[in-house]
Amino acid sequence: MADPIHQFAITPITSEPLIVGGVDISFTNSALWMVIAVVVATSFFSLALQRKSLVPGRMQATAEMFYGFIANMIRENIGKKGQSYFPFIFTLFMVVLLGNLLGMIPGSFTYTSHIAVTGALALVVFFICTIIGFVKHGMKFFTFFCPANVPIFLWPLIIPIEVLSYLIRPITLSVRLFANMMAGHLILKVFAGFTVGLLGLGGIGFAIGMLPMLFNAVLVAFEILIALLHAYVFTVLSCTYLKDSIDLH
Amino acid sequence: MELESVKLIAAALALLPLLGIGIGLGMIFASYNNAVGRNPSSAEILDKKFFLTFALTEALAIFALVISLVILFG
Repeated sequence: MADPIHQFAITPITSEPLIVGGVDISFTNSALWMVIAVVVATSFFSLALQRKSLVPGRMQATAEMFYGFIANMIRENIGKKGQSYFPFIFTLFMVVLLGNLLGMIPGSFTYTSHIAVTGALALVVFFICTIIGFVKHGMKFFTFFCPANVPIFLWPLIIPIEVLSYLIRPITLSVRLFANMMAGHLILKVFAGFTVGLLGLGGIGFAIGMLPMLFNAVLVAFEILIALLHAYVFTVLSCTYLKDSIDLH
Repeated sequence: MELESVKLIAAALALLPLLGIGIGLGMIFASYNNAVGRNPSSAEILDKKFFLTFALTEALAIFALVISLVILFG
């Protein structure tokens, strides 16, 4: 029986790993599912918006729902100035959402369950926010680390805390997503393992083995909720970080 | 004590934050239900905030789980 961790193994899809100049650049299952996510997203939106009509059909209504959801999120969290960042936020949301949801297909691979992927996404958000902050405000950006109206004798306390909480953002952003995805899929496989183990007992095990399977069905529903929720949380937090560097405090 | 048993104890201790997170999650659910029960029309505004705070608090529990797993297998 495969152990629960086995599902997170990254393996090349070709039988031989492709090594160029001492670096393993073989096409892995993680890369395959990222490509699938890109194909799904682009083909869905280009199909849905192929024939644009005033009264949207089923496909177009779904595409408009995604658009409205993200546009609303930006309006609520960043405001008018955030409209120009719509493509970035929308792409970020689709990447995380499809990573989470495609991972729910049995036998597939969840690329958001790897800290390497979520860490890279979070670092992109972090650097974009910092660069936007410096471009918009120049050296005034450093006042971000010292809120207005704070008495001078509190500065030695406040400034290190603010700097630390700024630098820790990419870590919490990435670990939250990766850990949630990993823990969820781990629990699913552990419960599936219970059923397999009980089946070995024969007749009575077959009856009791139904219980973890039923619980697993509930867990799958919960995991889909978590998948949607954490795509939302990841983008909302990116929005708040963007707002911080656009408006400072 | 042997290293192996110390590791197991440390992994168990790393899950202690769940105590506080359980209380915190309970308070979030309680106040959400309270607010929606008193004013059902506020559900639309509160839903998003509720899910965000729920996910942020729940993530702390997952952090504890990850630290525990790292101690166990790392």
